Amino acid sequence: MKTALRFTALVMLAAILAACAREVVEEPAPPEPPEPTERAPVETDRVDPRDYTDARNLDNPDSLLSERVIYFEFDRSNVRSEFRPIVEAHAEYLRANPSARVILEGHTDERGSREYNLGLGERRGNAVDELLQAGGVPSRQIEVVSYGEERPVCRDSNEDCWQRNRRTEIVYTAR
Amino acid sequence: MSLPEKSCSPSATTVKRTTEKLLRVCLTAALLAALILPALASAQLRIEIVDGVEGAMPIAVAPFAWDSEMPEPATSVSEIISANLHRSGLFDPMDEEQMIERPTRPPEVGFGTWRLLKVDHLVIGRVTDAPDGVGYEIEYHLLDVHTGRIMLSQALPVGPGDLRFGAHRVTDAVYERLIGTPGAFATRIAYVVVTDQDGDDELFELVIADADGHNPQTIVRNTQPILSPSWSPDGRQLAYVSFATGRSHVIVQDLYTGQNRTVSSDRGINGAPAFSPDGRKLAVSLSRGGSPDIWVIDLENDRREQLTQHWTINTEPAWAPESGRIFFTSDRAGRPQIYSMRTDGSDVRRETHEGRYNARPAFGMDDRHLAVVWSDGNNDFRIAIHDRENERLRVLSDGRLDESPSFAPNGSMVLYATRENGRGVLAAVSADGRVRQRLVLSEGDVREPAWSPIIR
Repeated sequence: MKTALRFTALVMLAAILAACAREVVEEPAPPEPPEPTERAPVETDRVDPRDYTDARNLDNPDSLLSERVIYFEFDRSNVRSEFRPIVEAHAEYLRANPSARVILEGHTDERGSREYNLGLGERRGNAVDELLQAGGVPSRQIEVVSYGEERPVCRDSNEDCWQRNRRTEIVYTAR
Repeated sequence: MSLPEKSCSPSATTVKRTTEKLLRVCLTAALLAALILPALASAQLRIEIVDGVEGAMPIAVAPFAWDSEMPEPATSVSEIISANLHRSGLFDPMDEEQMIERPTRPPEVGFGTWRLLKVDHLVIGRVTDAPDGVGYEIEYHLLDVHTGRIMLSQALPVGPGDLRFGAHRVTDAVYERLIGTPGAFATRIAYVVVTDQDGDDELFELVIADADGHNPQTIVRNTQPILSPSWSPDGRQLAYVSFATGRSHVIVQDLYTGQNRTVSSDRGINGAPAFSPDGRKLAVSLSRGGSPDIWVIDLENDRREQLTQHWTINTEPAWAPESGRIFFTSDRAGRPQIYSMRTDGSDVRRETHEGRYNARPAFGMDDRHLAVVWSDGNNDFRIAIHDRENERLRVLSDGRLDESPSFAPNGSMVLYATRENGRGVLAAVSADGRVRQRLVLSEGDVREPAWSPIIR
């Protein structure tokens, strides 16, 4: 016990010093994507929101490309027809922009066991993956990551909340 | 409590400060962290009895004599033993103020007095410095008040910092002598605490504490999810799932050296670790970009063997303690149910039939009783014990979102996660459903409990 504590202390000390040493030399890292959106409103006047090959539409609220969340029924992983146009728009974008990359984050609601939900979340990510690939997107542009129930967007225990948590998020890591 | 790591992170305004000054601040913070480290561990779980047994056994633990050069700790050994017995729900220990006599050796006991006080059993003892000068010795006796017989006598050597654990070991011995099954007081629990940070990020901490909630220590903290802690059979290592890299991976951490290694970080899910009974292998669930299947990783040579090959979800492996079969959750029949197989993946059998949802199998001492997360198809998820001998399922919990059952190593209680007023808390229920406890933290969400094996 004592040894464990002492070791933890050492490890933490090292971690803190390492963190300090690193942060002294580096500027703070910029936050992860999503990218800044300030530019978008000015330029979108001239862009056709149905042009799903244009990166500016990713931030254009009038374009389907700005929609990146697909919702699911309880314990289901099929993409409902109302969400297919969103996935198809992203397929078109990814086809036209071969250097673009997406992570499909699969999520579930809080009900049931956590590890089973990791599987369920992955199924939801895979369902969108399959649609993208069916739309001609090479698999190298896509990665599926399941978070199961670990990353809810809403924390109340009711159906309202649960349906917002059962989702796949299309996250662009390169545009 | 603010974390020392935080004090080192420069905000946008501090970045321009000179290197020297920052370094000094950081060094101070690091030193401070080292000094206050024990207090750094997260807040302590408070364990409350919700239900005890009707007619719990009346017992008295008289204050132990303190015959040591060292200062006596604030909570005495006898108080710890008394609290342990009370918490089990099976004993009704007498308050210290009601004790007219305070014997510390068998010849000092006036049995008539204790009979009048209506206790059945008496525990007495003393704490001395160890003969070799390192640590202590707890000498104790368990006495039958009615016959005047000594039922148990022992001198237990304990390390300098292990007095609390020594008291737990005494309780284990007393419990076993009176109940007939080994105690599980000298054990630990692992759990995950999630707290909201300033801003959006949550903080996930993997904590281990003594089974009575004391001595909590954070062994990992991260802003990415941590789940599924699982103890090695010798209680030295903990396997768990971390998302620290943004993707799931399985880590095995040595609790004594602090060393950890990533044992699986394949594409897709790396989850649900479970040590084999001999501690040499780790069963996991890996999806490798397809669907999750059960694999076994040999921890010595890293060799992997795939046990299931099915397009459905196959996860949450658990090794049965007697047969060594691997139980797991699969939705191959449409909904999650428990299946079992041999360790080579052959002879797959469906184990549960009752209810629409059975998942996360957990064993105690035998293959007969299997704790699961159960649902009959409405919105409620409860903890149940499936009795494999008579094929009966007994629902033990009454929450709506109960999960992650974990047996005490003596099979007496099942620890699980539940929600209370929108907050994650832990609860424990005896295998017969009669004793109930709540384990509550003052702040944060507690989840993913795992009860350690008996630590020798």
